[in-house]
Amino acid sequence: MNHPRLPYLLVAPSVVFLLLLFVWPLAETALLAFRTEGGEFTAKYLERMVGDLNFGIALRNTLALVLVVVPLQVMLALGMALMLQRLERGRMVFLSIWTIPLGVSDLAAGLAWLAIFTDRGYFNSALMSLGLVDGPVGWLTYQNPVALFVCVVIAEIWRATAIVLVILLAGVQAIPKEYHEAAAVFGANPWQRFRRVTLPLLRPSLQSALILRTVLAFEVFAVVYALAGRDFPVLVGEAYSWQGAYQNSHVAAAYALLILGLSIAATLVILRALRVNRAALA
Amino acid sequence: MLFAALALLAAAAGAWAQVTIVSTQMRPVEEAERMRKQVLSALPGGATFLPEDGNTVLTRMRAELTAVRGQVDVLIALDGELAPIHQEGGLQDLDDLVQRLAATRRFSPSALALGRMGGERQRFIPLMTNTFQMVANRQALRYLPPGADLNALTYPQLLAWARAVHQATGERKLGFPAGPKGLWWRFFQASFYPSHTGGVVRSFRSPEAEAAWAQLRELWQHVNPRSTSYAFMEEPLKTGEVWIAFDHTARMLPALQARPDDFVAFPAPSGAFGRGFMPVMVGLAIPRNAPDRAAAERAIDLLTQPATQAQLLALFGFFPVVETDLSSLPPGVRIAAAGMTATLNAPDGIASRLPVQLGRKNGEFNKIYVDTFTRIVLRGQDIRRVLEQESRWLDDLLADARVPCWAPDAPSGNQPCRVR
Repeated sequence: MNHPRLPYLLVAPSVVFLLLLFVWPLAETALLAFRTEGGEFTAKYLERMVGDLNFGIALRNTLALVLVVVPLQVMLALGMALMLQRLERGRMVFLSIWTIPLGVSDLAAGLAWLAIFTDRGYFNSALMSLGLVDGPVGWLTYQNPVALFVCVVIAEIWRATAIVLVILLAGVQAIPKEYHEAAAVFGANPWQRFRRVTLPLLRPSLQSALILRTVLAFEVFAVVYALAGRDFPVLVGEAYSWQGAYQNSHVAAAYALLILGLSIAATLVILRALRVNRAALA
Repeated sequence: MLFAALALLAAAAGAWAQVTIVSTQMRPVEEAERMRKQVLSALPGGATFLPEDGNTVLTRMRAELTAVRGQVDVLIALDGELAPIHQEGGLQDLDDLVQRLAATRRFSPSALALGRMGGERQRFIPLMTNTFQMVANRQALRYLPPGADLNALTYPQLLAWARAVHQATGERKLGFPAGPKGLWWRFFQASFYPSHTGGVVRSFRSPEAEAAWAQLRELWQHVNPRSTSYAFMEEPLKTGEVWIAFDHTARMLPALQARPDDFVAFPAPSGAFGRGFMPVMVGLAIPRNAPDRAAAERAIDLLTQPATQAQLLALFGFFPVVETDLSSLPPGVRIAAAGMTATLNAPDGIASRLPVQLGRKNGEFNKIYVDTFTRIVLRGQDIRRVLEQESRWLDDLLADARVPCWAPDAPSGNQPCRVR
């Protein structure tokens, strides 16, 4: 059983799997973005992407969403995780309710929020029955970009905070009680205990949660598509249009590479900012 | 029963053979059923009606034409879809047929001319047509500039008209389907570019085009700003939000039918090069190796009879190409038909073809026109710079698709079309 080659044999299937289903398509995508049908290498698809009407807006919208949604979600999830930690009874009930959105598909979530924010939706009906507005307000039109952005942010927070919560909750539960008790003995107040004990020990979980959420936030698409259609361009939406509506896989591939690049850059930044000293943890 | 049995016998004997019709039109299931049950059922031998999309038809015809004897008697397709089949020598000469048919009906001369596909002989016989045109609310007519004739309107007159309406009502009441679901690019391909520059591709960044874009900016001061969310112009016409509109006939027809007394239809305006319009022409052709020419001729005869033509209008919303008594049709349809007739027969008309040969590149082609508009008119970017950049992408796209120029641009032989 202790054959020296055994470990390599055991990891081989997953390596083959990754090469076949990840590295190969990735290489194909890169080629698609930089090579013409005739086989020459070119930057014209990249130029087409950057020069396009919607490129700047899509990039700005995506970055704005990441910068607003991710921190809000992390703060919310942190608060929720700490509250759950304190609950004596019914913790599972709250946790189950809070994680319902995890089981809802992106598009379904988008459609649910569409039913709320659309012209004749629940939100306008509520406002009208309260007498706050005279007629339906168009929240989801390009003429009202701020409202559109806020609606997308709300829907995204509802949909994807749970995944952050689950990761952070696991982290919070893994912190031994003794640290808090020791800190309390030395007279640390709750805020100090949170700042000096919980947060530093939560760093590995925060790191994973942030990376996961940021990468997913760069890929935001279905919710935006359901709520705003093409009035709120985002990078993945543009890639989708170039592939589907304009049938130009080259430019779509250029968008895909850009999203990949942004995700990698964000991951590196988070890894660096929240450096975890593995030795100290052990 | 007896008749059916006889018909069956006759069909078996080959006297009244069944005719096989392949069509790129009337493809939705309900439309195909209507075509079979209400139109083609009048054929003595019956018909097999096979709806297929344009690419499938082209592939099928390429394969069939290599055989000694084909399977298809009649093709129903857009003129642009028939063109590549004709280029491969796949369509029969229909001169004698059209002469015989002309004895009992009067074809529109411009439609027949399209059927010659740039040559001497009749390659397809027009079946039905549609086009983009304009509709105005009668309340707007009193603001028409003095001396302007609706059926011979020019772009400067349209500007003066929209400005007068704006000044009198305080509202911008000219409207275009410039929303995400509108056919906005067709305005540029059908009217704006052909009328002002005489072409759609070659003249994309010509000095005439630059001047025209500057004028469109001026015109936009009097265009309803909600235009960028309009899809079908019937809605804003019905609500009165818009008094003067440009769109596809079918997309304005419901307004005309709902309130026929309130609206008039007329051709889009003319520019320095003429009056651009985009006839959507559906033709009937017989493939070179069709199995039964006599059966094919019977089907074509039936479909181009005035009574059938009126039926096609009622069933599918496509307009007749032969003189047809439309007096029994609803008044809204008659208004649309009058506008269409004026459009198709305008003495200064420049027909702009649907860019069907672009195939899957169509979406990107259309995007270039809409993007150019957005950048120049809505975002106020420098006209020359935008035209330079977008024309490069247009060249790239046409070179990739290897599509030669189409009307109204001058032919480019086998070379891909390029911006001048």
